[in-house]
Amino acid sequence: MARQFPREELFAPGHRGCAGCGAAIVARLTLKAAGKNTIVANATGCLEVMTTPYPETAWRVPWMHVAFENAAAVASGIEAAVKSLKRKRGLYEGEKVNVIAFGGDGGTADIGFQALSGAMERGHDMVYIMYDNEAYMNTGVQRSGSTPYMASTTTSPAGSVIRGENRPKKNMPMIMAAHGIPYVATASISYPEDFMNKVKKACEIDGPAFIQILQPCTTGWGYPAAKTVELGRLAVKAGIWPLYEIENGEYRVTYKPSKRISIEEYLKTQKRYRHLTEEDIEEMQNLINHKCQEMGI
Amino acid sequence: MQNVKVITGTSAAAEAAKLADVDVIAAYPITPQTTSVEKLAEFVANGELNAEYIKVESEHSAISACVGASATGARTFTATSSQGLALMHEILFAAAGMRMPIVMMNANRALSAPINIWNDQQDSISQRDTGWIQLYAENNQETLDLIIQAFKIAENENVLLPVMVNLDGFILTHTVEPVEIPEKEKVLNFVGQYEPKHAYLRPEKPMTQGALGDPEWYMETRYDVQKAQDVALNVIKDIHDKFAEKFGRAYGNGLIESYNIENAETVLITMGSLCGTIKDVIDELKAEGKEYGLLKIISYRPLPTEEIKEALKGAKNVAILDKDISLGLDKGALFTDIAPFLKDKKTVNYIVGLGGRDIRKANIKEIIEHTENEAKDTETKWIGLKE
Repeated sequence: MARQFPREELFAPGHRGCAGCGAAIVARLTLKAAGKNTIVANATGCLEVMTTPYPETAWRVPWMHVAFENAAAVASGIEAAVKSLKRKRGLYEGEKVNVIAFGGDGGTADIGFQALSGAMERGHDMVYIMYDNEAYMNTGVQRSGSTPYMASTTTSPAGSVIRGENRPKKNMPMIMAAHGIPYVATASISYPEDFMNKVKKACEIDGPAFIQILQPCTTGWGYPAAKTVELGRLAVKAGIWPLYEIENGEYRVTYKPSKRISIEEYLKTQKRYRHLTEEDIEEMQNLINHKCQEMGI
Repeated sequence: MQNVKVITGTSAAAEAAKLADVDVIAAYPITPQTTSVEKLAEFVANGELNAEYIKVESEHSAISACVGASATGARTFTATSSQGLALMHEILFAAAGMRMPIVMMNANRALSAPINIWNDQQDSISQRDTGWIQLYAENNQETLDLIIQAFKIAENENVLLPVMVNLDGFILTHTVEPVEIPEKEKVLNFVGQYEPKHAYLRPEKPMTQGALGDPEWYMETRYDVQKAQDVALNVIKDIHDKFAEKFGRAYGNGLIESYNIENAETVLITMGSLCGTIKDVIDELKAEGKEYGLLKIISYRPLPTEEIKEALKGAKNVAILDKDISLGLDKGALFTDIAPFLKDKKTVNYIVGLGGRDIRKANIKEIIEHTENEAKDTETKWIGLKE
């Protein structure tokens, strides 16, 4: 299987990501799937900071960062310009230029939500990739709208009264699906073939596409750097992060674990959940069971 | 043959963007800018303008989309006003720092609170330090002429800065005046085609734009913008002269315009449509044998301090009229920027027309009278204030 992946590295090694950084895997796999004819708009966040400390860059495709909350709007402008220059000046004749936006969960589900909703609703031909590490990792692990229930972060700390984050994770894929866009998918860095197929499909489809990829974060979740891929796999196997796509309104599970593992096996590997009691874990398991039933996992 | 249309300032702005054959427009409606983006939408819908029109969900996204489009190599236009400009604030810095030659029309309007849709210039003045070039139009013809020149200034290889062309809300945006519309070919021949040379997003030559500038590099990028603003002083003058030659309309030297200064001991300084009222007053008083002058600031950023000093060398009293106020200092921006260069003169600051308060000829005469007879040096006086 690995031999089918393009060898060319459009995301250069030597960037300043942490050892075991999942965001770097997202960027590397995305570019392998999308190829050279790609322009990237990147929101402020870990991925932006670690890849472009001037005068260095890890990007071997044209890349732009403007601000935290506007990657989707910047990508809208890029897409419109490509269209306009194609029509008026004959640039990119017969070529398909992929416009890809990257945003973290904070930059996508919180501060960048309005710009994203606008871009999706307007129907720009772009792929928006939300690399989801479930908190504001670049500023030191503060909770976002995408932080899961009961996870401890620096702004949703587990204390003697409050058990970490008290709200469930915002359901971004379904919110994006409600925009009526042609393609929505979830993915995991631990299932690279599944993810790359989704990126390819998203690029080929005419119109907006949204992919949310779960990306374990060694510092924010609290686990040894060598275990990033393993953590991603455990999340999928426990059913906390189901892999699916919604293509033109048709829902399809793209990977179904043959046997789900208990949520405890996933939670116990991470410091952000170490405060959970047996009752907490049982509550979480019930919630996941219910969700998996709903999603057909 | 001349093609003269009787149109509003917002229509003049839309005509100018059409004449410059912009590639991408991203805009969001706001009073009193709205009619300009409606006009542009109409041009696109009728096939009169071949552009991508992004109907964004906010002004923040309008300017963000413009940055993306401009970086990709498209000639890019947007328009806004007041609260919309304030919402753009963060990205205005990015647009200038990343050297994007975006052209924007801003319909000058007061800022909340209290909410007020009428004219003053607090909105653009509050964006003073973003790195944008700021030009101010006196009338609808100047609006059209400045926007055409703005593309050429912004895209000049030694400038590469975004340009904001300001026109007074309602006073110009909703008032019709005869405006000569030049031929499209002549305009295109004047502005040329935009082709980014240094930085662009093109897959055949990957570049990174908007990188992290740590303490080793940040100051230099800010200094580069300052140098580009310095260069812009000459570029604006030069482009103005070329424009005047080609289209037969001139506005002072492109940076400032003097009106009867050479005969006057007392000179008024201001920007925008108020200059028209002041010129009328000067003419009336001249008929009575009294000489007063006006110095109209067209380019507020870059501010042509040398030219201003030179133009005022014969003046004794200078009244500086601001449609904005720095609260806590009790001075307007023009005054704080210009008075330090005029230490040998009596300089008086007048705060006028905030939130659309009418400024009449009688107010201008009151200002002249006060400046000459009662005012103390560096005094501030609010005109027409109910106490």
